[in-house]
Amino acid sequence: MSTFDNPFDPNRHLHAGGCSCGRHVSEAEHQAAQLQAQSAIESEQKRYEGVVASAVMRAMFPQDVARRAFLKSVGAATAAAALSQFFPLKTATEAFAQGGPLEKKDLKVGFIPITCATPIIMAAPMGFYAKNGLNVEVIKTAGWAVIRDKTLNKEYDAAHMLSPMPLAITMGAGSNPIPFTMPAVENINGQAITLSIKHKDKRNPKDWKGFKFAVPFDYSMHNYLLRYYLAEHGLDPDTDVQIRAVPPPEMVANLRADNIDGFLGPDPMNQRAVFDGAGFIHILTKDIWEGHPCCAFAASKEFVTTMPNTYGALLKSIIQATAYAHKAENRKEIANAIAPANYLNQPPIVLEQILTGTFADGLGNIVTQPNRVDFDPFPWQSFAVWIMTQMKRWGQVKGDIDYAGIAAQVYLATDATRLMKEAGLTPPTATTKSFSVMGKTFDPAKPEDYLASFKIRKAS
Amino acid sequence: MTFSLRFRAAVVSIVLLAAFLGIWHLATRPTAAATNMSPEYAKLMGLTATQGKSAMPGPLDVGAKLWEHLRQPFYDNGPNDKGLGIQLGYSIARVGLGYLLAVVVAIPLGFLIGMSPLMSKALDPFIQVLKPISPLAWMPLALYTIKDSSISAIFVIFICSVWPMLLNTAFGVASVRKEWINVARTLEVGTVRRAFTVILPAAAPTILTGMRISIGIAWLVIVAAEMLVGGTGIGYFVWNEWNNLSITNVIIAILMIGIVGMLLDQILARFTRMVTFPE
Repeated sequence: MSTFDNPFDPNRHLHAGGCSCGRHVSEAEHQAAQLQAQSAIESEQKRYEGVVASAVMRAMFPQDVARRAFLKSVGAATAAAALSQFFPLKTATEAFAQGGPLEKKDLKVGFIPITCATPIIMAAPMGFYAKNGLNVEVIKTAGWAVIRDKTLNKEYDAAHMLSPMPLAITMGAGSNPIPFTMPAVENINGQAITLSIKHKDKRNPKDWKGFKFAVPFDYSMHNYLLRYYLAEHGLDPDTDVQIRAVPPPEMVANLRADNIDGFLGPDPMNQRAVFDGAGFIHILTKDIWEGHPCCAFAASKEFVTTMPNTYGALLKSIIQATAYAHKAENRKEIANAIAPANYLNQPPIVLEQILTGTFADGLGNIVTQPNRVDFDPFPWQSFAVWIMTQMKRWGQVKGDIDYAGIAAQVYLATDATRLMKEAGLTPPTATTKSFSVMGKTFDPAKPEDYLASFKIRKAS
Repeated sequence: MTFSLRFRAAVVSIVLLAAFLGIWHLATRPTAAATNMSPEYAKLMGLTATQGKSAMPGPLDVGAKLWEHLRQPFYDNGPNDKGLGIQLGYSIARVGLGYLLAVVVAIPLGFLIGMSPLMSKALDPFIQVLKPISPLAWMPLALYTIKDSSISAIFVIFICSVWPMLLNTAFGVASVRKEWINVARTLEVGTVRRAFTVILPAAAPTILTGMRISIGIAWLVIVAAEMLVGGTGIGYFVWNEWNNLSITNVIIAILMIGIVGMLLDQILARFTRMVTFPE
């Protein structure tokens, strides 16, 4: 469920698998609904109202079905009116929209030069930070560990991170426990499995025994999705293939040099491999898990607590940029804004193919997948639970895990939640949703059952 | 008629360079262009895929790009995009600062070690353990404790350039001829004066050799350090262009690193010649 959708629409399909978001019977209906929703969002103000109301609505009716029944019986307008009776929607919206005086105006935000960072980057050249009174420098950073260290050092006020990273850090997997918060998901979808051009006839994963694959980081969605995909096709990712951590630019070079057979990597590297004639796109990750989170916007807990207004303004800029990036008609403009050397340093045509979703697949076909990459900031805690099941599945963490507890601790709900708390209200509790990965439904309430249902997993 | 050795050497150098560039040019010629590609599809692809352009740039590509950089070496398009001149400037400044710190620490300490057999024996185990540590191994520790990436880079330069200077100074000071020291003693020259008027001039060539080794190491390390911490500098430039898979720019950066490294070495070599004395 997208944060930008209208929560008062009782006719939303909830579990249909036909379209990209899973709520409409067909892709065409999804597009129509998108258009309708976009025309409804006329102003920033309206959008905040939508975000806040959506959070409140979810708080009252955590179950999709119950909410729908309620909306059906009383109608959307009545529901909104009824809601505002005992919850000051207007006030909460204003609080979210305005905030207090900024504690600090000049900020530094680190990013890794991949398209996942799009909202963080584009907010600088396109003026989203400036609009909220901030002077933000976005700084290209050499790697995930450096980003983490520089954020801890306070050289950066906030940063772009991989969505499993805050969980891994909190659980002390691969590093010391550090209090980080993840108030927003940067992008959903937006990765792909790219194979060397010499394997263009080996489209069946069952033929991939002995392949060498690259992923950017051990604690990444890339790693979990690749392992999941391989395991679903009967390959044990630990014994049948090799998976190594390789920095994204080296993936393309290694693919060309024949050192690896393929990779599940972040864009622009998938498209760049196609652009350079080194590889082809085998499958987009959206076809593994439609709407999966990838990168995230993270800030240290200290920054969040000591500079709440600055943090609020920053998060608001990011949410505004994310909303702007969500709209298909803006994607071309964004591609041109983030292509220069100062940001992603890539040929604009490569970024344009990724963001617009009309791209060359490397095999001679032009594919159209409008939500190849999409942007939706809500940090669903069920995402965190899924990530933790995979960490356990592949032996990165051992023993009993307090799935819901850690998810709640790390995947902060939206800023709306925080502002509601400040106003003395009870924040929404609906922070989980069910989804399916390769046709298998995930129930966030029963992570251990889900984990036990996999045949291929590391013995623990 | 015989040409001077110098002239003949220059001719051989030029011939070698020309041969190298020629082979490079031939090796990176485009292969056959892709034929069965629709025009719409070709528009989405790069030159490597459509025209069979070699993934490795040829000397002409590099030359053109180099000219582009040299024409505008000091542009500044924000925090992540600065001209080659500015990047080199940052690196040289970092190396200079770290290196000066090392000079300030290593030379007095080297004197102490060289003049006192006791200190020499006492400090030796520490120096022997610290000397072989790869400078980059210090980087995470520096980032974690200093909590500032650019000071960390300077620290790494310091820590890697301090050892050759220290050891050479100590060696130079310790191996000053005994006769000279004894002569100074008979003339009742005090310890401090002896250090400055007898030992320093005698040990100067060795000390400067140590400094020359150190500047070479410092320049080697800065590229790796900047690739790691990012932000500014020629190392960051290499990393950034590597992200973009622009081998052309990487080659240009390598060339620049080589030239600057050579200049730094030559400066120290000149100083060494100035203090060298005939025995």
